[in-house]
Amino acid sequence: MDRSLLRAEDLVMHYPAKTGGRLGRSGKVVKAVDGVNLAVQPGEVFGLVGESGCGKSTLGRLLLRLEAPTAGRVLFDGQDLSGFDRGRLKRFRRQAQIIYQDPYSALNPRQRVGRIIGEPLEIHGIGTPAQRQERVAELLQVVGLRPGQAVRYPHEFSGGQRQRIVIARALALNPRLILADEPVSALDVSIQAQVINLLEELKARFGLTYIFISHDLSVVEHISDRIAVMYLGRLVELAEREVFYQRPLHPYAQALLSAAPIPDPDAPRRRQILKGDVPSPINPPAGCTFHPRCPHQMPVCAEERPVLREVAPGRWVACHLY
Amino acid sequence: MSTGPVLDIRELTTRFDTRRGPVTAVDRFSLNLAAGETMGLVGESGCGKSVTALSVMRLLPRPAGRIVGGQIFFKGKDLAALPESQMRRIRGNEISMIFQEPLTSLNPVYTVGFQIVEAVRRHRRMDRRAAREEAVRMLSLVGMPEPAARMEDYPHQLSGGMQQRVMIAMALSCRPAVMIADEPTTALDVTIQAQILDLMNRLKAEIGMAVMLITHDLGVVAETCQRVAVMYTGRIVEAADVRTLFRRPAHPYTVGLFQSLPQIGGRRGRLRPIPGAVPSLLRLPPGCAFQERCFRSDAQCRQDPPWTSVGAEHWVRCWHPMEA
Amino acid sequence: MSRWEALHDLMRNWSAAAGMAIIAAILVVALAGPLLTPHDPLMPAPLQRLQGPSSAHPFGTDSLGRDILSRVIGGARISILIGVISVTISLLPGTLLGLLAGYFGRWIDSLIMRCMDMLLAFPAILLAIFITAVLEPNLTNTMIAVGIVYIPHYARIVRASVLSLKQQLFVQAVGHLGGGHVRILLRHVLPNCIPPIIVYATLGMGTAVLQAAALGFLGLGAQPPSPEWGAMLSEGRQYIQIAPHVAAFPGAAILLLVLGFNLFGDGLRDVLDPSLRSQ
Repeated sequence: MDRSLLRAEDLVMHYPAKTGGRLGRSGKVVKAVDGVNLAVQPGEVFGLVGESGCGKSTLGRLLLRLEAPTAGRVLFDGQDLSGFDRGRLKRFRRQAQIIYQDPYSALNPRQRVGRIIGEPLEIHGIGTPAQRQERVAELLQVVGLRPGQAVRYPHEFSGGQRQRIVIARALALNPRLILADEPVSALDVSIQAQVINLLEELKARFGLTYIFISHDLSVVEHISDRIAVMYLGRLVELAEREVFYQRPLHPYAQALLSAAPIPDPDAPRRRQILKGDVPSPINPPAGCTFHPRCPHQMPVCAEERPVLREVAPGRWVACHLY
Repeated sequence: MSTGPVLDIRELTTRFDTRRGPVTAVDRFSLNLAAGETMGLVGESGCGKSVTALSVMRLLPRPAGRIVGGQIFFKGKDLAALPESQMRRIRGNEISMIFQEPLTSLNPVYTVGFQIVEAVRRHRRMDRRAAREEAVRMLSLVGMPEPAARMEDYPHQLSGGMQQRVMIAMALSCRPAVMIADEPTTALDVTIQAQILDLMNRLKAEIGMAVMLITHDLGVVAETCQRVAVMYTGRIVEAADVRTLFRRPAHPYTVGLFQSLPQIGGRRGRLRPIPGAVPSLLRLPPGCAFQERCFRSDAQCRQDPPWTSVGAEHWVRCWHPMEA
Repeated sequence: MSRWEALHDLMRNWSAAAGMAIIAAILVVALAGPLLTPHDPLMPAPLQRLQGPSSAHPFGTDSLGRDILSRVIGGARISILIGVISVTISLLPGTLLGLLAGYFGRWIDSLIMRCMDMLLAFPAILLAIFITAVLEPNLTNTMIAVGIVYIPHYARIVRASVLSLKQQLFVQAVGHLGGGHVRILLRHVLPNCIPPIIVYATLGMGTAVLQAAALGFLGLGAQPPSPEWGAMLSEGRQYIQIAPHVAAFPGAAILLLVLGFNLFGDGLRDVLDPSLRSQ
C-alpha cells in the first residue's frame, strides 16, 4: 500500500527553447525534467542534489504544482494534483510550502515583517486580526526572533535573520510538507549552521516532511534521510544517506562526491575529474545522457537509455553497469 | 625562505567613506607571499578579503575607498605609494587578478580571442599575429577544448567553466609573478570547480607564480593552499600553514568555523554554529571584534589583542588562544 | 531605506532643496492669490496701458492696462492646477494600463503597448492641439489634452517596473502561498512601482505646465481674460519691441515653475533611485 506523502509519476517538463534567429517557434525544446519518478515518505527529509541545469529546481516546482508539467502526474496523499480546481489548489497550498534560496528578494521590502509572516493567514482567511498577530508573534519566537521585531522592515535584518522570516512565513499555515530550494546556499558558513539546526528542530517539533534541494553535498548529507541525484532532467541514483555516501553507484554520483572539496588537507583525494561541461538540456546526448563524460562508457550507453531500477533494497540506479 | 617574499604587505589599512561615517574595511593587514606558494585568505562575507585584494591591485572604488596606511612591497616598490601610471604597468602584467563572476569581468561585445590578444599586446611587445598565436596557446594551456575555434566565441556563448578558463588565460598571458584569485570557483558547479582548481594547481607549478586565493570555502583551502590567513571584520585573526590550521586551530573564530561545518561522513546531530552574527563595521566593540560571540572572552578582550606566536609560523590575534 | 532616511537625504540634496523652495514659494503665492494681488487682475484700465515697471506696478501693465504682477500671481494658481490635474489624468490610466500589460503579458501586453505606441507616435504638442481643437478650446480641455498625451509614458514606466518585479521571489511567493492576482498586483507590485512614478510625475508637472503654456500661446488654452501665463505670453508677443515686460514676466514665471519641478524631480530621482543608494 502506498503510504507516500508525495509521489511523482513520469514527470516531464519541456519548455520551448528560445534559440536565437527566427521569430517564434524554432521547434527546439528544453527538456528540463525528462521522466522522473519518485515518492517522498511522510516524516522524511528527501534530499535532491545536482549541478546547475540538472532540473532540480524545476522538479521542485512541479512537485508542488507551482507549474503544470508537460506530462506525468503528481499525487499528494494519493490525490492527483492535476485534477485540482483553483479552490482545491488553494487549499493544497496550506499543506505544502516553500522556502527559497535568496532571502533578499523573498521578502517585500515595503512590508513590515509581521505583515509578511501573517499574509498567508490573511490569504486563507484564518483568524481575526488579533489572532493573526498572536500567531505571528508565536512564529517569530519559533524561528528564534523576538516578537517585537514584527514591526520592522526586511532591510533591518541580516541574511540569516531574513531566512528565518521566510521560514516563519512558510510555517504559518501549518504545512505538512516543505520544499526547501537551496535554503542555505546564499548564507555564510556560520549562519548556514544556525539555519540548518533550526530546520531540523522544526521538523522534529512539527512533524514536517522536507524535500531539500541543494548543490552542496555536505549540507544535503547532514540533513537528509534519502538522497536522489539528478543529471539533465533525470534521476540517476536514489539511496539512503549512509549507503550513498559510503558507496555511490552511478559514475556521475561518484564524480560528484569525489569533486567536493574536503576540509582536511591530509584526506586522501579520490579525485575523478570529469571531462568537459554539462551538455545543454536542449540537445541531450542519446542513450544515457551522461555517457560522453563517463569513465566507464560502454557501447550500449550511447544507444539505450538506462531505466532507474532497484538494484538492492532501497537502492535505485539508472546505469547499464548494473 | 632564501629569497625574500615576492609580495610583502605590511599594516595595510583601507578605509571607505560611507554615508554613516568612515569604515575601516581592512585593518593593519600584514602578510607575505613567497614565490610558488598558494596563500589562502579565508573569511565570511564582509570580512574584508576582497577589499584587501582590490587594495593590492589599487582598484578601490574612488573616491569612497582609499588606502590610509601601510605598505605593499612588490619587487622592491611600495605599490601603495606608486603613481597610477606605474601601477598600470604592473596591474595585469606582473600582478593579475581573477574574479568570482567571469561573465561580468569579460566584455560581452568583444570576442574572447580579442580580449586575450588585447591583454597580451598591452603588456608584451608583440604584433597581432604573434599575439594571436600566444592567445591560442594560452587557451590550450588552460585546457580549453578546440582553442582556435573558441577564439571567435563571445563570452555569453561559453559555459561558466569555460569563461573562467578564459579569465585565467588572460590573467596568465603575461606570466605574472603573483595571481590574486577572488572566489574563482564559487559560482561554478562542483565538478567544474574540481577541474579549475586542478588546473590552477598545475599552472602554478609550471609557471612558478605565487597565488593569493580568496575564498570562504575551507574545503578549497585544504586542497590548494600551503598557508592560510583567516580574516574577521577586516583583521587577520589567525595565520598558519594549512596543516597546522586544520589540525590545531588556535583562534576561537577559526575553531567555531570548523565546528559549524557539516562534513561528509561526519557525525550527525546538531551542528555547532557560532552564536550571533558578524557585527557591522560601523559598530565594532572596542578591542577584539569577536568578543561578543566568543566562548573564551572576558574583560581583557576589550583591549586590542596582540599578534602572538603560538607555534612555528603560527600566529594568532587573541588574548586567549586555544591550547595546542 | 526607511522613509525618514529618504527624507533626510532629500534635504541634503541641493537641487531637491532648491526645487522644493521654488515650488513652495509659488504654491504659497497661488494659494494666497487674491490676498496678494495689489490690483484686480481682470480690470482693464486703458489709460495706463503698456506702462513699464514702476512702484505702482512692479511688473508694469499690459495692453489693456491691467497690472501684470497681479495677473502673474493669478496665473500661478492656474498653472499649478494644470500641473496637478494633467498629471493625474495621465497617471491613473497610465499606471493601470502599465500594470495590466506588464503583469499579464502576452496578448494583453501586446494590445496595450501597441495602443500606447500609437499615441506616442504623435508629437505631444500636435496631439494636444488636435484634442483641444476637436473639443472646445478652454482650460479644462487643455488639461485633458495634455493629460491624455502623456498616458503612454506612465504606462511604459510602470510596465518596466512590473516586469522586473515579476522576477522577484517575494512576488512569486504570494502566489505560492495561495494569493490571487488582485492581491499580488495591489499589495506587492503596485507599491514597489511607486518610486519611479513619483519621480516622473514630478518632472511631468513641469512638462504639463509648459505644454499648457504652449497651447495657451496658440490660443487654444485658457481664453481671455484669464491670466494664464501662456496666454499672457501670446498677448505680449506683439509688444516685444516696445514693451518687452509684458511677455518677459509671465515667461520668467513659467521658467521658474518648470525649473522648480525639474530640480525637485531630479533630486527625488537621486534619492529614490536604488542604484545610487549606498549602504
